[in-house]
Amino acid sequence: MTSFQVPRLASSILSPPALCFDDVMFSKGNEVLLGPCSFTLEGLGPTLVMGPNGAGKSLLLRLAHGLLVPTRGQVTWSGEHCPRQAMVFQHPVLLRRSATANLTHALAVNNVPRKMRTKLAHDALERFGLTARSNTPARVLSGGEQQRLALARAWVLSPQVLFLDEPTAALDPAAIKAVEAAVREFHQRGTRIVMTTHDLHQARRLAADVLFLSGGILREHTPSETFFDKPVSREAQAYIAGELVE
Amino acid sequence: MENNAFYVALSLLVNFDASLFGIVALSLQVSLLAVLIAAVLGFPLGAAVALWRFPGRGGMIVVLNALMGLPPVVAGLMVYLLLSRAGPLGEWGLLFTPGAMVIAQVVLVLPILAALSRQKVEDLLGEYREQFVSLGMSRSRMMPTLLWDARFALLTVLLAGFGRASAEVGAVMMVGGNIEGVTRVMTTSIVLETGKGNLPLALGLGIVLLGLVMLINAGAYLVGELTRRRVG
Repeated sequence: MTSFQVPRLASSILSPPALCFDDVMFSKGNEVLLGPCSFTLEGLGPTLVMGPNGAGKSLLLRLAHGLLVPTRGQVTWSGEHCPRQAMVFQHPVLLRRSATANLTHALAVNNVPRKMRTKLAHDALERFGLTARSNTPARVLSGGEQQRLALARAWVLSPQVLFLDEPTAALDPAAIKAVEAAVREFHQRGTRIVMTTHDLHQARRLAADVLFLSGGILREHTPSETFFDKPVSREAQAYIAGELVE
Repeated sequence: MENNAFYVALSLLVNFDASLFGIVALSLQVSLLAVLIAAVLGFPLGAAVALWRFPGRGGMIVVLNALMGLPPVVAGLMVYLLLSRAGPLGEWGLLFTPGAMVIAQVVLVLPILAALSRQKVEDLLGEYREQFVSLGMSRSRMMPTLLWDARFALLTVLLAGFGRASAEVGAVMMVGGNIEGVTRVMTTSIVLETGKGNLPLALGLGIVLLGLVMLINAGAYLVGELTRRRVG
């Protein structure tokens, strides 16, 4: 495995704390599902986590976000505090309430004063093109709208790090475009993006660097130019070439 | 014709017979208040059992499920012993008052509301858990969110509780005493009037009881369907 460091920019003072996987392994019973793997994420990315199904992409994201605890090794953040984080799932989990209420609930949970919640929610709905849907129950929105609402919910929390787990896997091209535009907006706001996908074209459009997994093992962590033009690992070469990698 | 029990029953209803409607009103007051109290206690209890892992949790779920079938006379006996003059709460002087009947029905309904709401909340938690953890929610913060999002399912649970409370006779008979004008409710007077051979009043009360339960169920079904369609 090859590691690399994103060059430190002047703006890196403002960029979120580095995420460090130190010899992290996750297993269920006797079966090792991921790792052991070590890497560090700095800067804003977007970091695309790629690999075939069952490679451990979602696991890696859940370990990074703290939804799962590693069996061995440590997931740490530089600095004193965990950064503010949010995650968008492949199938958005929305509450059985209106679109606005989904956002105000997330704000309430994060102790945002009541007076500010509605305004923040409406701003976010407008940003993601959902103003007309603000009073619509979240559960009756279309798939694309639901995913945009999930992104809006992440947006109101102003996370320093945003994890996205195959956010476009179930969407049509127009909805995919909207999600990618949203991801760029997060990026421009200074949010580090860590996202899984197995759409190579999408990865080319978005990635600054790529974590490539197969069979639960981290095969390489390289800048996107390297990964797409001359991948280092044999598995990634095969994957890029369109072979069926396990 | 005038001797036909069914005819007399209907005429009692149509003429808004005072004693009949007094009985109906008391029945409603007792059962609705009991269900309300049981909901305030039982829903958070059910949600708590769904949310927290603690020693004896499995046993508690088994007991709650088993208590759903608690025989009303046993509940009545327990409350009777508790409230009787010599009992620990005898000083309250509640025995043979509507208050005692409310307590007995709470004992009957609480396990139903707690056990069924635990199931509903646990199902919902399975769906929401990752998102909740991602939002950094504590278990106690999850509870109100889950209870609110399960509101349609809980409405049905509430109805099951009300059905149980309004239909039982054993507990209210034992702790209420079926005193005319004070603790006489629909079920106890149906028993009494049938025993006396006053079938018209018994039948009239039976019709009201049946109609009431149907009305409440129909209302809740409509509310549930409309909101489900709207909220998804």
